[in-house]
Amino acid sequence: MEALFSLVVGVLIASGTYLLLRGRTFPVIIGLVLLGYAVNLFLFSTGGLNTHAAAVIGESTVPTDPLPQAFVLTAIVIGFAMTAFVVILAIRARSEMGSDHVDGQQGEAGDAK
Amino acid sequence: MSQHLVILPILMPMIGALILLLSGKAPDGFHRRLSVALTGALLLISLVLLGRAASGELLLYALGNWQAPFGIVLMLDRLSALMLVLTATLALGCVLFACAGEDIRGSHFHGLFQLQLMGLNGAFLTSDLFNLFIFFEITLLASYALLMHGGGKEQVAAGLHYVVINVAGSALFVISLGVLYGATGTLNMADMANRVAEMGSDQAALVTAGALMLIVVFSLKAALLPLYFWLPRTYAAAPAPVAALFAIMTKLGLYAILRVQSMIFVETPAAAHITTWLWWSGLATIALAGVGVLAARDLRPLIAYLVLVSVGTLLAGVAMGTTEATTALLYYLPHTTLICGALFLIAELIGQQRGKAGTRLVRARRLHQRHLLGGLFLVAAVAVAGLPPLAGSISKLMLMQAVEGSARLWLWPLLLLAGLCALIAMSRAGSVFFWASYKGEVVAGKVGRTQLAGVIWLLASVPVLVAFGGPIGHYTQATAEQLASPQAVIHQLLEGGTAPDLAQLPRLPHDETQGEAP
Repeated sequence: MEALFSLVVGVLIASGTYLLLRGRTFPVIIGLVLLGYAVNLFLFSTGGLNTHAAAVIGESTVPTDPLPQAFVLTAIVIGFAMTAFVVILAIRARSEMGSDHVDGQQGEAGDAK
Repeated sequence: MSQHLVILPILMPMIGALILLLSGKAPDGFHRRLSVALTGALLLISLVLLGRAASGELLLYALGNWQAPFGIVLMLDRLSALMLVLTATLALGCVLFACAGEDIRGSHFHGLFQLQLMGLNGAFLTSDLFNLFIFFEITLLASYALLMHGGGKEQVAAGLHYVVINVAGSALFVISLGVLYGATGTLNMADMANRVAEMGSDQAALVTAGALMLIVVFSLKAALLPLYFWLPRTYAAAPAPVAALFAIMTKLGLYAILRVQSMIFVETPAAAHITTWLWWSGLATIALAGVGVLAARDLRPLIAYLVLVSVGTLLAGVAMGTTEATTALLYYLPHTTLICGALFLIAELIGQQRGKAGTRLVRARRLHQRHLLGGLFLVAAVAVAGLPPLAGSISKLMLMQAVEGSARLWLWPLLLLAGLCALIAMSRAGSVFFWASYKGEVVAGKVGRTQLAGVIWLLASVPVLVAFGGPIGHYTQATAEQLASPQAVIHQLLEGGTAPDLAQLPRLPHDETQGEAP
């Protein structure tokens, strides 16, 4: 399970980083979202990967660490708010600058930079 | 009552922000008066806290009365108190300035401003790394919105870059917290310091990786060399009172570096990597920012590069790690923050009297109130270039004395050259603004009373820092000594700080997570 888990996190981080470096705002936002997913999964795993282990004492034979779950919940909420803000900002930038390029330049000149 | 004083710098701006945001229909005068009153009260509370902290007392506040390694504990030591007072002083100047009309160019200026203060104060007070992350995010979210305040094209373009790089930085922040939590099993700074000290070599590699990632994130916020390219454009585009408040945002990154470096990582293998990295990046930041200061063609980016010079100087001081260097940089910190804030405000005043030319360094029509603005600009320019007799020169002298051996060969020329660059650039800017002008004046844009009050409030800090140089110097030295011996703080945080009646509380094993709820 550890290998699969780390592979998933690694692929998500790699794809997120690649998309983050693209020139248009939409791929950049998708990149940020993927990065956020990867981070949440990673944070979830820091308490150790267990199956059939509840975060409440007495519910299962071996309880798991509840703190990472609280961290992930917080990180999800913050990530959600940030994503919503970036989306609105990108729409605003598109309408103000007439281009969805992150540098605000239309066409070839913008792409070359 | 007095034990709850520690949480007031967080609670008061939060409640104030809620009132300000929910009373959107109320007249502007109400918002302005409430906002100024809140910021003034914040300054008073911070000063009281500073007085308490100055005696060497460590004020602890266990949220929900959960004991230190399990719950979140707010901790006020000398460094936190210094940062709180600095934030409140700067904020009062900014909010006064904004009351002249900048605040009604967009919506909810004062509410967002208070939220940003809440985030800053929380970050300075907390002793828990995840809590630090939360307060960083609060600060950032408020700063995104403030940056867009009254937004134009330039602000949106700069804001997009700022937001994207900071969201990516936050992702890295969470990853490093995950690594550190996985390796140590705690996020309380004092507890982590203890566990890191007892750690075996197999875990040490993980801690080093986590520590370095954490420093990268904080360097991004502090705008250290490879990570500062977002700063000049953002600060130049932000509305003046917001840009002035942002002068403390880079210092938030610096504070976080100073805190984790002195408290957690000081005796780990990571410490050597961190100091080397900070030293060279800090020096390179000074050098490149000096070039930027000379190359800037507009006053606002010029000031943004001056902020970068101070960031590089401060972080090189952190990298030295000696008590003398920390004393010097803590004395330099309030001076440079308040002056850079004041400069952003002065730039706005100059820009609003030059019509279309704005703050660009070109010939334009003569300024209407040239004597007043010239005087303000002169004081700020002398202060920011670090000329005697002001605090900038004294603190730079202290910093240069603190360097030892071959490091002198690097720091001395760079620091002095950066000062020279600032001097040249500011004299050139001043000559263009006040002497190289056409006849005829733009009558619009007269300096408002509250605008002037805000600028003078910030500039007044310059003589105050010199006049009370003795007591302030003693305080920063005591702060540096406190930072140099973290064991006492750690011991007190883990053992003594909680309320005495904690032992009598019923044991509730099922509620373990409550102390960490967002």
